Amino acid sequence: MSEPLLALKHISKSFPGVKALDNIDFSIQKGEVVGLLGENGAGKSTLMKIISGVYTPDSGDIFWQDKKIKLKSIMDAQEKGIAIIFQELNNCPNLSALENLFLGHEIRTSANLIDFRAMKKRAKEIFSYLGVQIPLEKPVGKLSVALQQMIEIGKALLADAKLIIMDEPTSSLTDKEVQKLFQIVKELKEHGIAVIFISHKLEEVFIITDRIVVLRDGKHVGELKTSEATQDELVALMVGREMHSFFSERTKEASDEIILKIENFSGPPYIRGVSFQLRKGEILGLAGLIGAGRTELALLMIGAEQKTSGHMILHGKEIDVRSPWQAIQHGIAYLSEDRKMKSLILQMPVRANITMAIHNAVKGAFGTLDRKKELEVTNSFIRLLDIKTSGPEQIVNNLSGGNQQKVVLAKWLATKPSILILDEPTRGIDVHAKAEVHKIITDLADRGTSIILISSELPEIVALSDRVVVMHEGQVKSILEKNDISQENIMSTVFSA
Amino acid sequence: MAAQEKKSILTALFSYRESAIFLALIILMATVTIFAPNFMSGSNLYLVSRQISFVAVVAFGELFVILTGGIDLSVGSVMGLSGVVAAGAMAAGQSVILSVLLGLATGILLGLINGLLISYVRIAPFIVTLGMLSFARGVILIVTKGWPITNIPKPFLIVGQGDFLSLPIPLWVMIVLAAIAHFLLSKTAFGRRTYAIGGNEQATFLSGINVKKIKVFLYMISGLMASVVGIILIARFNSAQADTGTGWELDAIAAAVIGGTSLSGGSGSIFGVIIGAAIMGVIRNGLVLMRVSPYWQTAVIGIIIVLAAVLDRIKNK
Repeated sequence: MSEPLLALKHISKSFPGVKALDNIDFSIQKGEVVGLLGENGAGKSTLMKIISGVYTPDSGDIFWQDKKIKLKSIMDAQEKGIAIIFQELNNCPNLSALENLFLGHEIRTSANLIDFRAMKKRAKEIFSYLGVQIPLEKPVGKLSVALQQMIEIGKALLADAKLIIMDEPTSSLTDKEVQKLFQIVKELKEHGIAVIFISHKLEEVFIITDRIVVLRDGKHVGELKTSEATQDELVALMVGREMHSFFSERTKEASDEIILKIENFSGPPYIRGVSFQLRKGEILGLAGLIGAGRTELALLMIGAEQKTSGHMILHGKEIDVRSPWQAIQHGIAYLSEDRKMKSLILQMPVRANITMAIHNAVKGAFGTLDRKKELEVTNSFIRLLDIKTSGPEQIVNNLSGGNQQKVVLAKWLATKPSILILDEPTRGIDVHAKAEVHKIITDLADRGTSIILISSELPEIVALSDRVVVMHEGQVKSILEKNDISQENIMSTVFSA
Repeated sequence: MAAQEKKSILTALFSYRESAIFLALIILMATVTIFAPNFMSGSNLYLVSRQISFVAVVAFGELFVILTGGIDLSVGSVMGLSGVVAAGAMAAGQSVILSVLLGLATGILLGLINGLLISYVRIAPFIVTLGMLSFARGVILIVTKGWPITNIPKPFLIVGQGDFLSLPIPLWVMIVLAAIAHFLLSKTAFGRRTYAIGGNEQATFLSGINVKKIKVFLYMISGLMASVVGIILIARFNSAQADTGTGWELDAIAAAVIGGTSLSGGSGSIFGVIIGAAIMGVIRNGLVLMRVSPYWQTAVIGIIIVLAAVLDRIKNK
């Protein structure tokens, strides 16, 4: 083995009350792809922030190409050739792809003005090297997440990065986009660039990495060659115990009773003629690529956006839903795909978030909210969903992602919905919390709640759904019955012309 | 359980962001007293508290709006126009009650217009209320041609000049409105939703809350609060002046900001606003008592506003 590009020795880092990293050793070679696994709170982000210069370690040494270095800031790390691509992309959505790519490193003309022509030329070189086509003039906010990510990678290449850290790069990519990303990672690898790949998705880690490092509670608990690792082994390392079944089992079958009919739905931005039926106690998967119109369809169903045509028939009666409030009254709840931006009021306590959609049910006299009733509801959900919080008054922002998601689930379950639309319910939460959310979903369906499950994780759709509606470009491509549900069938439906 | 609850109330009291600015107010008052001992005299405190009450009530309305991340620049002009309407009605021989109601209705109506344009036509609050600031002031000038409206009925003057239990009436008005506003914000669903909109408007909307309707109400409340002060001021000055309320929007916003209200919405309280208004009132009064040139007042207030924001930033780090 050659000398490592980067080596960390005995790194420790504490925050008030928590030891985030405890005596960690970590190294990576030129052209190596290392997967970093661990539940939320295992210390992955802290470690990556130390490598990228955001944090300085309390103790321990960092070696870059065998020289001991100190990283005092992100700039420091960038100068060395370390780039990090955060899960929540940092770009200026109103600026063009080109402007974002060169932000802070603009090429200047002799008059010290921005040299757009030279920048464009360089951008084309980089993107053709990455094998992607990016409309350079378009505002970045109008591009897909996948393309935005490519721009971030382009930025890293521009800065001549030797090590690129990707923090959950695939969490909002479709399968096809993930494939493209993997190709690029391979390309980078061939050019001797090292990549640290952080992901919650084991399948991906198996495909793309050479070596896997597992963290748990701030400690380095295992390191395996990818070719020799098994999924069970990794999960066991991550959670500290064997988890036998990854997905929960249904105990009941969905009934034949149809409770909701969607007929010929069309509406903004590009939903056209969508029809399907939902049975009582059924989990109906909604599969498709990002941009297939699944979230958009949900927003039409709950009246957050207005449909231009179509009918919605609930329990045999046509209903007209024009606002989320009306949807709730009809027993339709929608858990949005974006926990922080669209679901939670982060600086409010667990209690206020859980009762947000049921103010009428916890009302006292004179339009007041009855604190006692609020606490009753909140505490019952904290117990029922096993929400890890210091109490009902804890500020939601202080909870882990998985527990935040449970608070959102509690908010919607409190409305006692008969139809629950779950949009990416397990995005960005750790393996353990994921399994818990899956259990909650199957339990709900077993007890008669009808669930529409939107997910970009095909294994999740396949394991949980009774039927799957496959969408593509705002239309229903096909509806798969239980026996036909498989990742292959879904993908081939999506890609069949 | 009881002991635990007591403890949590105590910690809650001390962790309030208001506690720091309250302390600042006490220190400020002590300092002013050292340099100008007559600050603490009964007659001076009477005048200061009355002045503070006016700014505080306008700022209450501003707070409601700012909590949702909005802003109301029109409060000064709304004050002025409400006063002109009420005074005009009184001068025209209408009953005091009817005149006051007409004045209040003016504030509510202008707030309604602001709210509808912001919520349903989706124009930025800054633009809508800037337009209203200019429009309402223009109407005042058209109606009064710049002349004051006098002939205010004698019995009505007590509202601005009289006192009750040796405290000025405007202070009582402030106390009552503060109690109502605090109740609305901290105990009712309406208040919870107001904070929720400021915290995350989209999440609030998707939770089935009629965000647009609430916003309209908030601008109506702001207009109402401004009109209350506008009407009391005609009793205070025994006339309605064409320039009454000019620049008050900045004092109201400043009181809210000094009192710890976040301009991006979601946090702030009535108690904080009262302290914010008090800090500004005490500084102005203290500078006068210390015979500092009045030109300095404005500059010092400017420094205090920014300083309050800086302290808030440091504390939240």
